[in-house]
Amino acid sequence: MAHGNGTSRRAYAGVFAALLLLTVVTVLVSYVDLGLWNAIVALLIASAKASLVALFFMHLKGESRLVWGFALVPIVFLVLIILGTLTDTMLR
Amino acid sequence: MSDPSADHHDPAVAFESAKLGVWTFLATEVLLFGALFTAYTVFRMKYPELFRAEHAKLDRVLGGVNTVVLITSSFTVVLGVDAIRRGKARLLEACFGATILLAGVFLCVKYVEYAAKFRHGLYPGTNLFFSLYFMLTGLHGIHVLAGMALLSWVVVLSRRGRLSADYHTPAEMSGLYWHFVDLVWIYLFPLLYLVG
Repeated sequence: MAHGNGTSRRAYAGVFAALLLLTVVTVLVSYVDLGLWNAIVALLIASAKASLVALFFMHLKGESRLVWGFALVPIVFLVLIILGTLTDTMLR
Repeated sequence: MSDPSADHHDPAVAFESAKLGVWTFLATEVLLFGALFTAYTVFRMKYPELFRAEHAKLDRVLGGVNTVVLITSSFTVVLGVDAIRRGKARLLEACFGATILLAGVFLCVKYVEYAAKFRHGLYPGTNLFFSLYFMLTGLHGIHVLAGMALLSWVVVLSRRGRLSADYHTPAEMSGLYWHFVDLVWIYLFPLLYLVG
């Protein structure tokens, strides 16, 4: 039973190197005071790292639409929960 | 009439079903951690000064080291799964063994961090920031422990000659779970240690 969505070992190593690089970048950026942008940059870098892990390490890249649905729907719900809660707590 | 359950005995279908099952479980995990992330977002927006002052008490170097440790442990899982796809059971055991070891290193660093916090009188009940810190990292730590047990089980299966290039579903599935544990930390590290 061959799994077609295999990534080459060279590609895995590239993803690993990119993850380490992004970790160093996010730590260095945190020492610079950018105000609100610190949180935004940190979240953007974290999301880039999360995407790399999901796409290549978890093989989402070659998955069917059904699996993509299962991966993305909980994230949509999480955003709804956070936004819904904030509209309540911030506007009280 | 053909047997309606016949499809489930097809190894390819069984593999796809197992994978979908794991992704479903991971969806519930996103929402489990999601509740705590929601609490974090709400309180951080309500008390930005508290979070800014308290997050500085965490050790960003140790947090960074642990991030590198977990990312490396995910990389060794990927190499292990790649190995068993090519039928190399010994290599799978070595790679997953390395992951279990790295997970142990992660928990040791976490122990050092918790001990330092307790010494400075910072407990889960100290304030909102540390409540969230201990809840989030504690729940994540339990997931690391569960992952270590799961990966050990895969190593035992492999030692008994049960995994091969044709059948290695347990290795693939526990790999997915381990990457999720890594994913959660990828968000916990900047949110708790870097931007507070």
